[in-house]
Amino acid sequence: MATTEMTGAEIVLKALADQGVEHVFGYPGGAVLPIYDEIFQQEKVKHILVRHEQGATHMAEGYARSTGKCGVVLVTSGPGATNAVTGLTDALMDSIPMVCLTGQVPTHLIGNDAFQECDTVGITRPCTKHNYLVKDVNDLARILHEAFYVATHGRPGPVVVDIPKDVQFATGRYVGPKNIEHKTYRPKVKPDQNAIRAAVELIASAKRPVLYTGGGVINSGTTASKLLREFVALTNIPITSTLMGLGAYPASGKNWLGMLGMHGMYEANMAMHDCDVMINIGARFDDRITGRLNAFSPGSKKIHIDIDPSSINKTVRVDIPVVGDVAHALEDMIRVWKSKSLSLDKKAMDAWWKQIDGWRARDCLKYRKNADVIMPQYAIERLYELTKHMDTYITTEVGQHQMWAAQFYKFEDPNRWMTSGGLGTMGYGLPAAVGVQMAHPKSLVIDIAGDASVQMTAQEMSTAVQYRLPVKIFILNNQYMGMVRQWQQLLHGNRLSESYSEALPDFVKLAEAYGCVGIRCDKPADLDGKIKQMIETPHPVIFDCRVASLANCFPMIPSGKAHNEMLMGEDVPDEEVGTAIDAKGKMLV
Amino acid sequence: MNVLQAAPGSAYFLDPSKPEIETHTLAVIVDNEPGVLARVIGLFSGRGYNIDSLTVSETQHEKHVSRITIVTSGTAAVIVQIKHQLERMVPVHSVADLTVQGQAITRELAMVKVAGTGEKRVEALRLADAFRARVIDAGTTSFIFEITGKSDKVEQFISLMVPLGLVEVARTGVAGITRGPEGMKE
Repeated sequence: MATTEMTGAEIVLKALADQGVEHVFGYPGGAVLPIYDEIFQQEKVKHILVRHEQGATHMAEGYARSTGKCGVVLVTSGPGATNAVTGLTDALMDSIPMVCLTGQVPTHLIGNDAFQECDTVGITRPCTKHNYLVKDVNDLARILHEAFYVATHGRPGPVVVDIPKDVQFATGRYVGPKNIEHKTYRPKVKPDQNAIRAAVELIASAKRPVLYTGGGVINSGTTASKLLREFVALTNIPITSTLMGLGAYPASGKNWLGMLGMHGMYEANMAMHDCDVMINIGARFDDRITGRLNAFSPGSKKIHIDIDPSSINKTVRVDIPVVGDVAHALEDMIRVWKSKSLSLDKKAMDAWWKQIDGWRARDCLKYRKNADVIMPQYAIERLYELTKHMDTYITTEVGQHQMWAAQFYKFEDPNRWMTSGGLGTMGYGLPAAVGVQMAHPKSLVIDIAGDASVQMTAQEMSTAVQYRLPVKIFILNNQYMGMVRQWQQLLHGNRLSESYSEALPDFVKLAEAYGCVGIRCDKPADLDGKIKQMIETPHPVIFDCRVASLANCFPMIPSGKAHNEMLMGEDVPDEEVGTAIDAKGKMLV
Repeated sequence: MNVLQAAPGSAYFLDPSKPEIETHTLAVIVDNEPGVLARVIGLFSGRGYNIDSLTVSETQHEKHVSRITIVTSGTAAVIVQIKHQLERMVPVHSVADLTVQGQAITRELAMVKVAGTGEKRVEALRLADAFRARVIDAGTTSFIFEITGKSDKVEQFISLMVPLGLVEVARTGVAGITRGPEGMKE
């Protein structure tokens, strides 16, 4: 049919439209001009012009994580592609579905060190789930649809499609997305029923069970969160979550222990350490979670539900692996639990909950209030209290503010919390907020930021202004790279090497220079009023919240220590801070 | 049920102080597309796994399917992890651990150039006969032998040639296949 013949650039736009893509985050350049020419001549796909390609990738991540859809990025060859590498790696580490289209020099110039040429597929091979170089325009449509299939099926991840300029100009056949899947890639989503039965039986026999959930629950979709809540209600098992899994179970739920791990809650980490059955759902025993591996939850049998078989037994040996999608696994577990009318030992569970309540009484997030200086914890508490009734999405950068946000902001629903967990990318939050706001124009989107992180991608404020995206950048400004400083205090004799934020910009003037609103607050008494002012402002806002400069983030499992060796906040004397980590721990990150 | 399920215990009970290093032969069926070998090698270098030997060739031309045979070494847990990491790659169809499956035949081919005269030359030829190595090139002062067999046989033959005037060795690396009527899952 004549109608299915079109140019490569037309194929790209047609494929995006057929995949239901509404927004593409990108930046033009020589090697993608034919595609940009097509963007100009159509209206189905809206292009968001970023200021730096890294910004485009984080926007796509925020967009993807807040909607459950695939984020799409379009960048040019050479520097366009290399600038996208950080965001691609971030998406790989946090399992975010993303398709990144990169322009490439014409096929006959590949390998010639042409202008703006780089080996994109070579560079992105280890930081994508899969990548393609399209050498024939007749393969383009299939590869594009396949890219979306690979990015969104199984454990999600970023996929790069590198398209040489001559392929964009060439005329070829278009095929629709129907029935396009990968030739051989068929991730297993339905778990083995024997494993499910074994898992359920082990849970039913538990005396001190704990649920340890992760980003896999969020990635599996909202059904998974519903089923998780149902399973918790059914069994009354205490539940904790990783940084990436916050919101899957509501923070107001009575079984909620709070986040676990290095800066997790005392009760969550103690429950992990002392449990007899651990049910890991969609988490991966990351080193921020486990602490010292050979002292990790020594007395427990472990169940691990994960869609990626390579996550199983990678660092922690488990007793019952369940390979499959979280929602499918939970559905099966609930069905088996109900059909056998199982229940946990009431007496043992009462004792377990009593013990947990004892740990909760430690009140591990306690901090010294101050009437003159804004404590960073207080700032987040107030931000939460003043925004909790609203339709709010939170993103963060990376560092102390990120951990305080995770500790003090309470999430009730999945997809409301966007943060860079695996890669720990400073500069993630601002562009991610822009991406989230693009997907949810009417919602309140706040980037809880640090003064150092925010400067890494601050240029994207310009994008927010251009597209009238009223993101709120709430900077906990302590004039330090706080987490770096905290580690220098813990590990390096308080020698604060290069962790002071010298020559910070005036954030209020910076906001004004970008054409948005700047607010500064340095008194606890003014905080509520100014946060309200920020919320009510219908424009992008940079909020410079001047907080106590030397506050540290506790509780903390020092590196190389076990879950039951946490440093608590208030009661850490300075000398103990200096000796909390031994020589072996110092070698770790 | 999964093989892994048979092994109970948690991290606490394992004794990490004496991990036993094992050598395994893995057969990997992949789409023969550009970059697939780089992907596999990149996995090994990126995650710090060892490659002792690697061979690759297209085995089904119409389907563009290649077979990669990798000899790798590591602890039992690392070997299982390597297998799973290979399996999650998009162009990988299937992975078989020939060492775990047992009953596998592995072979390697080497071409061995030996130069010398007199008694050494005669001895080289005699040993080649004993090892069933074929002479594929001969001159008045040199031979090239072709030897096929398990790696240790090839290894031994080469070491015997050292005092007899070994000049150069070219080895293909290991190829492996399981015994019996069944083929490998594609």
